Amino acid sequence: MGSEHRVGGKVITFGENVNTDVIIPGRYLVSIDPAELAEHAFEPLGPETQARLRASDVVVAGRNFGCGSAREQAATCLIGAGITAVVAASFSRVFFRNAINTGLIAVESPAAAEAAADGDEMWIDYDAGTVETGGQTFPFSPYPPVLQEIMADGGLIPHLMASFSAGGSR
Amino acid sequence: MTGQTFAQKAIERASGTTGLVPGQIVDAYPDLYMSHTASWRCIRTLEKMGVDRLYDVDRVAMVMDHLSPAMNAKTAGHHALCREFAQKMGVKHFFDVNSGIAHIVLMEHGLVRPGQFIIGTDSHSTIYGALGAFGTGVGFSEITAAWVTGKLWIKVPESVRIVIDGELAPGVYAKDVMLKLIGDLGADGLTYDSVEFTGSYVAGMSVSERMTFCNLAMEMGAKNAYVAPDDATLAYLDEAGVPRDELEVLLPDADATYRSTVHLDGPTLAPQIAVPHTVDNVVGVDDVAGTKLDQVFIGSCANAKYDDLVIAAEVLAGHQVAPGLRLIVTPASATIMARAAENGVLTTLIQAGAMITNPGCGACAGAGGAMTDGETTLSTANRNFQGRMGSYDSKIFLSSPATAAASAIRGVITDPREIVAEVVV
Ligand code: SF4
Repeated sequence: MGSEHRVGGKVITFGENVNTDVIIPGRYLVSIDPAELAEHAFEPLGPETQARLRASDVVVAGRNFGCGSAREQAATCLIGAGITAVVAASFSRVFFRNAINTGLIAVESPAAAEAAADGDEMWIDYDAGTVETGGQTFPFSPYPPVLQEIMADGGLIPHLMASFSAGGSR
Repeated sequence: MTGQTFAQKAIERASGTTGLVPGQIVDAYPDLYMSHTASWRCIRTLEKMGVDRLYDVDRVAMVMDHLSPAMNAKTAGHHALCREFAQKMGVKHFFDVNSGIAHIVLMEHGLVRPGQFIIGTDSHSTIYGALGAFGTGVGFSEITAAWVTGKLWIKVPESVRIVIDGELAPGVYAKDVMLKLIGDLGADGLTYDSVEFTGSYVAGMSVSERMTFCNLAMEMGAKNAYVAPDDATLAYLDEAGVPRDELEVLLPDADATYRSTVHLDGPTLAPQIAVPHTVDNVVGVDDVAGTKLDQVFIGSCANAKYDDLVIAAEVLAGHQVAPGLRLIVTPASATIMARAAENGVLTTLIQAGAMITNPGCGACAGAGGAMTDGETTLSTANRNFQGRMGSYDSKIFLSSPATAAASAIRGVITDPREIVAEVVV
């Protein structure tokens, strides 16, 4: 503990192959505002799920979370809904990239995803590479250095801007 | 040194490195950055960054395909922003709302070449493998970053080989092969993998069929897909105006290492259908034949190319669409639409009762062709996710253009071989 990269809180769980059209329907992609997008996150699953999402901090899911489209808003809308991390058995590759690039923590840990239920607490420390839930600690392999740098700056665009102001070449 | 896969070679070329192995992360410099209607998000992000100098404006390709023509003021504003930006920055490869679906338009215009490394704000960018290029989807922030820095991080993937041998039976098409593979391997069966298609069936495929293959590989999670360029590829590139002496064909080595090899026997395959609400929920057409349909959509980057329209027209010729059923045909590009008009394909479709829309993503992106509660569409697109075409309480089934056309005639899901048989008798 004591790591500045420890985030977490209340869990909301989803099943396998949760696709981007369910996370954020295509009709709302005319916006890139996290708060506006958050209003429509998981809309196909109904208002009860949406209310629970907004009261949660960590999304926990099965295999292939975020499969489907390359829409970056699938990550942005979760951030807008107050989600700080997604822990899944596995991710679709574009969702994983979009999560890192928007500063949303995405951790692949089948064991941790299996261990948590709706309403549980879960804490993720991505410096230490651990997920804690229900009194158990699950290790995961830390991000490679390139991705760590992007995450530390809060996403790809802030990272680029930081590199420019640090005397970058452009 | 052991042999290399296509992905290893393509990433080495794009990153200027050698000896890459799967799992390594490098910076690659893409040959082309495709952004579709999402381009406005890149432009806004660029403005926020306060940057107005691009790494190489000639590598920027923008296509207004998803919501075209604009159906409201907001979308019209996005299009206007893109137009102005293209004008101001000197973006040569800007294609406006009349052009068609980005993937197809770029290939038709010779902007996709063998061996190139191409990123796009669209998951189906895997389609560029149909011409032997490395294509992969990314978010709009990454395209914006590439506009500025020219590069992106990429992990060298493991490769999987899919071997398809033998001819397909009449009435069975490339789409059926892919649906079968997606059903067997699952929606995450090839996540992070580079997929190389090979085998005697693949060698005989048209470029149009290769596009269907590489497009749908994404639905198994693939990072990119690939068919080795051959004479058919060269003929396509000739037509697209790509000079042969500019080609850099990359072929995998015979002794390259693959994580696994999957075999599929062509001749034994029947028409396949993906049932709601996931693409890997696949059954033989017999299992769902008779399912009542409200709408049939022949469109999308997966199956609205010229050959697809011809196949649909052949099935529909001399027939009428079932009473009460809406048949929407959306050609993938303006070039395809013109050719189909010239050769009477559109007339055949219209006479059968089809409604032809402007080229683009159309109903696949939810622009027109929406469904109300309780309705069902059979679509030739690549996704059947809940709510993708209107109501969350509607259903999308996926099939080949032949199955879609046959089903439009009967008003229920129909094995296309039954309609073809009728004509023969
Ligand atoms: S046709 Fe459909 S799948 Fe293809 S790019 Fe357009 S919206 Fe995406």
